[in-house]
Amino acid sequence: MKYIDPHIHMVSRTTDDYQRMAQAGCIAVTEPAFWAGFDRSSAQGFYDYFRQLTEYEPKRAAQFGIQHFTWLCINPKEADDPGFAREVVSMIPDFLNSKGELCGGNVLGIGEIGLNKNTKNELIILEEQIALAETFNQLVLVHTPHLEDKLKGTRLIMDALSASTIDPGRILIDHVEEHTVSEVLDRGFWAGMTLYPDTKVTPQRAADIIEMYGDERIWMNSAGDWGCSDPLAVPKARLEMRRRGHAVTTVDKVTFDNPQQFLSQSPNFSLS
Amino acid sequence: MNRQTNPQTKQQIVDTYFMEHRAKLVDIAAYLDRVDRGHGDDAADFRDVAFRRAVEILLDGQPQRAGRILNLLSDHSTKLPQSADGMKGALGAVSLTDGGAA
Repeated sequence: MKYIDPHIHMVSRTTDDYQRMAQAGCIAVTEPAFWAGFDRSSAQGFYDYFRQLTEYEPKRAAQFGIQHFTWLCINPKEADDPGFAREVVSMIPDFLNSKGELCGGNVLGIGEIGLNKNTKNELIILEEQIALAETFNQLVLVHTPHLEDKLKGTRLIMDALSASTIDPGRILIDHVEEHTVSEVLDRGFWAGMTLYPDTKVTPQRAADIIEMYGDERIWMNSAGDWGCSDPLAVPKARLEMRRRGHAVTTVDKVTFDNPQQFLSQSPNFSLS
Repeated sequence: MNRQTNPQTKQQIVDTYFMEHRAKLVDIAAYLDRVDRGHGDDAADFRDVAFRRAVEILLDGQPQRAGRILNLLSDHSTKLPQSADGMKGALGAVSLTDGGAA
C-alpha cells in the first residue's frame, strides 16, 4: 500500500517520524506554511521559514524516499496585523518561481490561508492572498477556523473565494467536519478532513463522513504538527475503513488517488 | 461509491464499536459527576449549558447527531470584530448572548 499525507507540518516533527511514515507506506507529503505556536517578530523570520520549507525539508524527506511539497502564505493567526502580513506576502512571489532561483520547485500553491477568529483584518489578508493565487495561477489550500468559529468562518471563506475567478476545483478547504462538509462539496470545492485525537475528526468519523457524503473531491490528512497530533493518522484511517469492509479501491481513492488528482493540477507536482 | 453506504450491518457496528463507546459514555458520566462535585459558584458556565443541550441530542431519535451537535456548539452571530488581538484561541462553545445556539 502507498499513501499521500497532503497536510502535515514536518518542520515540527522528528526525522524518526519520516522513517515511520515511510514504513507505513507514505510516499509524498505536502506541507502548508502555518503558525509556529508563537508569533514571529519580523518578516525575515518568514523568509527563513520559507527557505526551510523549500530547501531543507525536501532533502530530509528524501532520505526516506518521501517526496516533499509545500504551500506558502502568512497563516491567519499571524495575519491580524495587515501591515506586517503584507510585508510577508510580498516575499512569496519570489518563491513561486519554479526555475529554482529561490526554491527547488516544490511549491504547489498558496496555503494554508483562511481565517482564525473571523475578524475584518484576517479577512482583508485572506482576500489579498486569494488575489495573489489568482495572479500567479496557483492552487489554494484553505485553513478553516477551530471549534465554535468553524461554521461561520468556513462560510465567510467560501464567499471570499467565490468572489474570485479561481475555479473551485483548484481550491481545497481543509479541516471540514460533519457540519461543514456538505456546503463545501456542494459549492464545488475539494474538502479535506484532518484526523486529530481531540479536535477535528477521528479516523472513525472520517470514515463515517465518506459513507455519508461519498468519496469524490475529498481527502484526509494528519496535519501533524507541534500539538497533539499523529503523523500516522492516515494509515490508521485506512485501517479503520478496511476494518469496516470498505474496498481497497475506495481506501486508495481517498488516501492516494484523490490527493494525486488535486495536486497534479500544479505543474510542480509529480510523483517519481 | 454511493452515499449513505456503510458496509456493515447494525449488529456488526455494535459488535465493532460498543466497547470503545461504552468507555466514552462512562467518561461523559464521570465528567458530569465531577462538575457536580466541584466547589464554587453554581452559576452555569455557557460551555456546560451547551454540553448538556448537546447530550439531549444524543437520544432525540433524529439523524445527523454529530452535525447537529457541532452546529449547536458553533458561533451563529454575524459580527466581525476588527482584530483578534487577545483572542487567538477557541473555547469550543458560544454563550447565547454572543451568538451561541444553546
